[in-house]
Amino acid sequence: MKFTWFNLMPWPYLPDDFREKHRSVWVDIDSRLFDAEKSHEVYNTYMDLLEYAGTLGFDGIGVNEHHQNGYGIMPSPNIIAAGLARRTKDVALIVLGNSIALYNPPVRVAEEFAMLDCISGGRLVAGFPVGTSMDTNYCYGQIPALTREKYQEAHDLIIKAWREPDPFAWNGRYNKLRHVNIWPRPVQKPNPPIHIPGGGSVETYDFCIDNTYSYSYLSFSGYIRGKALMQGYWDRVAARNAPDTSPYRAGFAQTICVADTDAEAERLYSEHVSYFYNRCLHVYAGFADAPGYRTIKTIQTGALSQYAPPIDGYANLTWKDLTDGGHIIAGSPETVRQRMEELIKGLRVGNIFCLMHVGNMPKEKAMYSTQLFAEKVMPKLRHLYPEFADDGRFWCKPMKAQVKPGSLPRAEDAARLARAPSGAQTSKSMA
Amino acid sequence: MELKTIQTARVPVRYFEGGSGKPLVFLHGAGGILPSDQFLDKLAKKYHVYAPLVPGYGDSQEYPALRDMLDFTLHTLDVVEALGLKDPILTGHSMGGMIAAEMAAVAHNDFTRLGLIGSAGLWLDDHPIADLFAMLPYEMPPYLFHDVEMGTKLLTSGLALDDPEWLKVFLVINARQMGTAGKLLFPVPDRGLADRLYRIKAKTLVVWGASDKLIPPVYGETFKKAIKGAQLTVIPKAGHMITLEQPDELVSALGYLG
Repeated sequence: MKFTWFNLMPWPYLPDDFREKHRSVWVDIDSRLFDAEKSHEVYNTYMDLLEYAGTLGFDGIGVNEHHQNGYGIMPSPNIIAAGLARRTKDVALIVLGNSIALYNPPVRVAEEFAMLDCISGGRLVAGFPVGTSMDTNYCYGQIPALTREKYQEAHDLIIKAWREPDPFAWNGRYNKLRHVNIWPRPVQKPNPPIHIPGGGSVETYDFCIDNTYSYSYLSFSGYIRGKALMQGYWDRVAARNAPDTSPYRAGFAQTICVADTDAEAERLYSEHVSYFYNRCLHVYAGFADAPGYRTIKTIQTGALSQYAPPIDGYANLTWKDLTDGGHIIAGSPETVRQRMEELIKGLRVGNIFCLMHVGNMPKEKAMYSTQLFAEKVMPKLRHLYPEFADDGRFWCKPMKAQVKPGSLPRAEDAARLARAPSGAQTSKSMA
Repeated sequence: MELKTIQTARVPVRYFEGGSGKPLVFLHGAGGILPSDQFLDKLAKKYHVYAPLVPGYGDSQEYPALRDMLDFTLHTLDVVEALGLKDPILTGHSMGGMIAAEMAAVAHNDFTRLGLIGSAGLWLDDHPIADLFAMLPYEMPPYLFHDVEMGTKLLTSGLALDDPEWLKVFLVINARQMGTAGKLLFPVPDRGLADRLYRIKAKTLVVWGASDKLIPPVYGETFKKAIKGAQLTVIPKAGHMITLEQPDELVSALGYLG
């Protein structure tokens, strides 16, 4: 099993009356609710927490991309990942991912991901989402009915840019480039492993299966509601005669809160969970799904946007509703272990994206919950799917010898070393 | 009106045909042609009407190769040619007006009479057009109708947004129609038409609803100024959906074109 500690980076200062006074947390969210000076601490705390998770035995730490969004203040996950690459070691960096239809030209993504892979010594897992309709269409103005075609071309171009050793010309519909020759190139050959976040599009299932990419469902409604969608994916895996049913072909995001006891979990975390489900997910329905963004085939399968609010709204969901309904997995280590095992087996997923900083949770609570999960839950789940334990296709392959950032010689030695005859000492200091 | 199919060199196209008189082509707006629309019938009392559906509208076949403004313009010129029409009176409403204006600008020797009804295609920073693509059905009537109550009834009768099966059908139609319209209108309904309007040689009538809240009447004045010799007729008690609200007034206004 692969566990990734994931932070959406919610803005923690949405007012109590946010739902009543504002129509949406996304796209046209009131910019006056953002406080740049407060964000200085917020960003640094969130990055500290990701780094902290990296020291506790999580396999990966994860970031993603959203725009004009009060629950995800990370329009550029690559900036965060670059910071994390320097201050962590061994742990995988999951960038889930870059909405590749939005970059002009998309070789920018090939370059930045290559940089991250080089800086981190081959620790990058690259995510290529189509992007939500809010991000892609309403914020970034892509024409809904053409978004997938543009995405596909961006994907093909990035992969070729990573793999093709010689300069080539690209005469695409959306990109015309005469000299594609990215520099740097990724450490991982022929390219970093690729995860595709999806929301039930049949086309995305097939795309993952055919290219041996991992399909990730980044849902906030939890594993019980995620069951039908993931089953749709596995049915498709079977229908397309994939060579295996490795659980690492799939990933799932789950909100998880651990405390000493079930009662303590409710006491410590319920206000932050409520903040997330009631304020952070307060998305204006008119932004949920631009017409043309989903294909007809996908609509006909009945997959609706998860941002289309439930008929009775999230506001009415109590802690008990949220835990019983599996939106969140919360409680004592044993409760969480049981639920996680249900999730992992029920959905057949090898990659778990653990949403452990929830809403406006303060850092101490996030650390406590994370610590308990790492020490008391994760070790008991690691043994699942032993027959696929060696399946490395969907995970990064770090360099064996990684440099330690900040390993310049002492300033007072610089002059002496600089004058030393070239040789072992010089090349070592260059490293 | 009769619903028929004509084959262009590239795609079968569904179109309504009816009436007798001078040939007149009508290009519909982003909402398509509603079953309750009497405008075409009234038009057919005076003209031989041809109203082709944009591929993807109604029961017509989608045509993914239509991506940008030039594709839609050339496609619609192909349709006119396939129908065997030479210099018909060319009219269009909203998105259809945008396409008609492009046709008359691109093929400026082929059209001598042009009717633009609440036409899309221009953008004025001081008068931003509301984002129809980010509206729920029940939010649209105030933008589309002078008589909001009547418009609401028209747009929301039979809506059952909480019935998953109904919703699925609705979303498929919406994805086909508004998804296609988005290629010309999303996120800002401007594909450079303003730079090409000078080419139009046709005698042009611009018709606007006085209460148009979607594309306000100032756009009608802008079209009038940009097209040489154009005449502007503003129809009272009509919103953006003049075709539904004041069909008689509209047909009579179009009489200016012959």
